[in-house]
Amino acid sequence: MPQPILQVRDLYAGVGDTEIIKGIDLTIERGSVHALMGPNGSGKSTLSLVLMGHPKYHITRGEVLFNGKNIAGMKPHERSLAGMFLAFQYPSAVPGVSVANFLRNTLMARHKGDAPLTPAKFKKLLDDGIAKLKMDPSVLGRYVNDGFSGGEKKRLEILQALVLQPELSILDETDSGLDIDALRIIAEGIEAQRSPERAVLLITHYQRILNYVKPDRVHVMLKGRIVKEGGPELAHELESKGYDPLIRELASV
Amino acid sequence: MAVKQQQLVDKDYKYGFRDNVKYAFKSRKGLDHEIVEQISQLKNEPQWMRDFRHRSLDIFLAKPMPPWANLELLNQIKFDDMYYYLRAADMEGNTWEDVPEEIKRTFDRLGIPEAERKFLGGVTAQYDSEVVYHSIRKDLEDLGVFFSDMDTGLREHEDIVKQHFATVIPPGDNKFSALNSAVWSGGSFIWVPPGVHVSVPLQAYFRINAESMGQFERTLIIAEPGSFVHYIEGCTAPSYSTNSLHSAVVELIAKEGAHIRYTTIQNWYKNIFNLVTKRAVAQKNARVEWVDGNIGSKLTMKYPSVYLMGENARGEVLSIAYASEGQHQDAGSKMIHAAPNTTSIITSKSVSKGGGRTSYRGLVKVYPNLTGVKSNVRCDALLMDPESRSDTYPTMEVDSKDVRIEHEATVSKVGEEQLFYVMSRGLTDAEATTMIVNGFFEPFVKELPMEYAVELNRLIALEMEGSVG
Repeated sequence: MPQPILQVRDLYAGVGDTEIIKGIDLTIERGSVHALMGPNGSGKSTLSLVLMGHPKYHITRGEVLFNGKNIAGMKPHERSLAGMFLAFQYPSAVPGVSVANFLRNTLMARHKGDAPLTPAKFKKLLDDGIAKLKMDPSVLGRYVNDGFSGGEKKRLEILQALVLQPELSILDETDSGLDIDALRIIAEGIEAQRSPERAVLLITHYQRILNYVKPDRVHVMLKGRIVKEGGPELAHELESKGYDPLIRELASV
Repeated sequence: MAVKQQQLVDKDYKYGFRDNVKYAFKSRKGLDHEIVEQISQLKNEPQWMRDFRHRSLDIFLAKPMPPWANLELLNQIKFDDMYYYLRAADMEGNTWEDVPEEIKRTFDRLGIPEAERKFLGGVTAQYDSEVVYHSIRKDLEDLGVFFSDMDTGLREHEDIVKQHFATVIPPGDNKFSALNSAVWSGGSFIWVPPGVHVSVPLQAYFRINAESMGQFERTLIIAEPGSFVHYIEGCTAPSYSTNSLHSAVVELIAKEGAHIRYTTIQNWYKNIFNLVTKRAVAQKNARVEWVDGNIGSKLTMKYPSVYLMGENARGEVLSIAYASEGQHQDAGSKMIHAAPNTTSIITSKSVSKGGGRTSYRGLVKVYPNLTGVKSNVRCDALLMDPESRSDTYPTMEVDSKDVRIEHEATVSKVGEEQLFYVMSRGLTDAEATTMIVNGFFEPFVKELPMEYAVELNRLIALEMEGSVG
């Protein structure tokens, strides 16, 4: 059996003395799209930040393997260069740095060796991504997320994923706050990343985006644990009934 | 001649090398009327200038340090233990071949002849007290533009100099303008005839080579009606452990409809006290821009000013300051509105790192009974760590009613979230910090000629290496 891209084993993590992730097991295989669902405050965003190596969060138990390698000691840029990507729920602004310049720098970081990034290749990557996400090309001259609307920020996150072509994209609530047209475009951007070599972990509160992006597996997270797993039908079940029955069911155990 | 050049001590400061030159003339240490007399005699100056120097020395000796300054640092200056006049070469060269070999090599390493070939209209290169090289492009000379060192300016155009010299900054303005007035040497003299547009920048490069010395260049730029000139200055010094002093006086006169742009990239080594008085007069419809970058020095005190004396005059200051460990960049600007419909814009950006300190000190003054005055002041400070410090001291004196004044000041920290965001895209913490700082300085950098923008970005990258995480 081929090695999974991501293996999370018995993971406990938190910030300061507060434990937020309380024992998670999650395996993501190459070529698959997983959805991680759950109500607000269940620890979904924390899990994404722990995976990407946010310095504020600490793993207290368990391990995370990326392509079989424990990433505990790796800094965020090392995880990025290894093939991980996080589309932020709240991306930061970088005033004074244009989107084009930012993307060039992030790509150059991947071409430090003997495969130089040619201007022509760079331009094609940008043009393709911009076209796919139906973005205004003038975005390339604007400063990263500086004065961007919510929807513009989400598109820029997906544009970065399209340009950087990570093996594993973790998308944290990329669907929230989008109108239906934007949602459809973003979903196409996510679908465009589906390939036998890559995988997507789609973190969402709502089932809505799963009408456009079909997950292979759905995981439901509550209070720092994954409490239920299933196929795409699980998402529909949550959509019709909400999280309450699940919360009650667990409380009665 | 044996040339020995030592490698720099400070690994991040690539200009820290020094030359062991034999000085053609070296005054004794310390400052008194005898030294002033000696300097003036050596330069064979007219009596009025000699009197001016002596008068200025008396003012300097009588004036106390400015009480609002960082006296802890300022009082470290040992005025008695310093050379006030050092002449390295016996004559000024008009080709680089005329410049003594070891001095020429220094300017080669600083990239001056190369910049001159590529994009400059003229260069003066000052080494300690005297200008050792000077050139001006033939076409500019043919247009009647005067560009020389200040001493030559005084010799060859005494009438113009006498008419304008010290009219913008009198010796008594402050302690250091008095000091400069007493012992000034070198600097640039520029006169642009009416209507002449100098399309390529003129550059001066200031190098302090000796230890424990004072460099006192004096610059006077006169733009006659309807003319334009862009002047660029750069400065570096070897890495010595003892302090040196750089105290310049720069006067700009933009006559009716003239436009002067003055760009500074100050990168002194961290042993230099950089105490500079810069002031411009803008007459009717004139425009003066100060683009002022302060990266080096131990303590910089510099507040480029524009006196808006004629209707529709416009003054702009765009300054950046970067202070790391042991540095205090005390910078700012003064805009004096003395005529109706005048406009001023001050944009100040500072970065403090590793315990460095930046201050913004500014004044916007509007005289009574003026209409249509506009002023916009914006100060942004970026703190890289909790040890660093930034202060803002804005002053507004407004005596007219029909005035639109905007002032905005922000202090921000390089946030953990912002750094994490950039790092999560594959950049190391040094690369990410460099990107954030470069972005912060972008409004300044985009005003620079490309060659300087590249150099400034490179400097910032060097400063950020190994400084974080």
